[in-house]
Amino acid sequence: MAGIAIGAFIAVNFFQNPNEVQVAEATRQALSEYGIQDYTRMLPADLFNWDNLFTWKGFIFFIVGGFLVGFGTRYAGGCTSGHSIMGLSTLQWPSLVATICFMVGGFVSTNLLMPFIFQWVK
Amino acid sequence: MRHTDAMCTNESELQHPWWHNFKYLAVGIIFGITFVKAEVISWFRIQEMFRLHAFHMYGVIGTAVVVGAISVWLIKYFKLRTLYGEPVHFEDKKFDKGVIYGGLIFGIGWAITGACPGPLFAQIGGGFSVVAVTLLSAIAGTWTYGALRDRLPH
Repeated sequence: MAGIAIGAFIAVNFFQNPNEVQVAEATRQALSEYGIQDYTRMLPADLFNWDNLFTWKGFIFFIVGGFLVGFGTRYAGGCTSGHSIMGLSTLQWPSLVATICFMVGGFVSTNLLMPFIFQWVK
Repeated sequence: MRHTDAMCTNESELQHPWWHNFKYLAVGIIFGITFVKAEVISWFRIQEMFRLHAFHMYGVIGTAVVVGAISVWLIKYFKLRTLYGEPVHFEDKKFDKGVIYGGLIFGIGWAITGACPGPLFAQIGGGFSVVAVTLLSAIAGTWTYGALRDRLPH
């Protein structure tokens, strides 16, 4: 875990990509409606910053989001690496079910919930 | 014995000096660099994936599955052992309804945070220290699951 953080630190600071993240135009357009403009780093700095921590924005994107990731991962008995990558590569059908549910959850969250969330926390 | 089931422990019975853990650190560092260079930890990339606007993440995950399948095949074919000579077991995943409920819950969180558990660490190392709050909340989520497990439908 510490290794992953150190590796990411090395990559960001020493093998830096000077360009903006290449995000599909359609996604940029959709996100601009939510006030997300900053594509200089891996995450939108206009959303993921300490100033947002004690706002509803921070509550949803850090506290609620993180809680769902932790709770859901344990409940499902694995995450993207455990189920989707290791599970699928060993042809385990429960992992296929899990992966489909991950994707359904993500599609619902992005396309149905997020418009409401952003309208609310703006 | 090592278990892959999340309900169980994953502890080695072997005792090692603490500096043996550095090999995990090395793998973690390589993993972290890969996460950043492949932009897997990018919230934008996750947004693209769930809006079906780009192939990027599907390509990354698809490639990982193929590489994983080849690796597992090689481990089984050559009966490879761990660095300490232990045989490698692949245990079958058990199905219960938790896979569905938990999977949906995780998916919702994945789209919001732009990260699954591993990339959370990489987002912190990648300069977004506020994600440490997300990580703490995720850990609280795992504890909550542990406390409620017997009362949840499985």
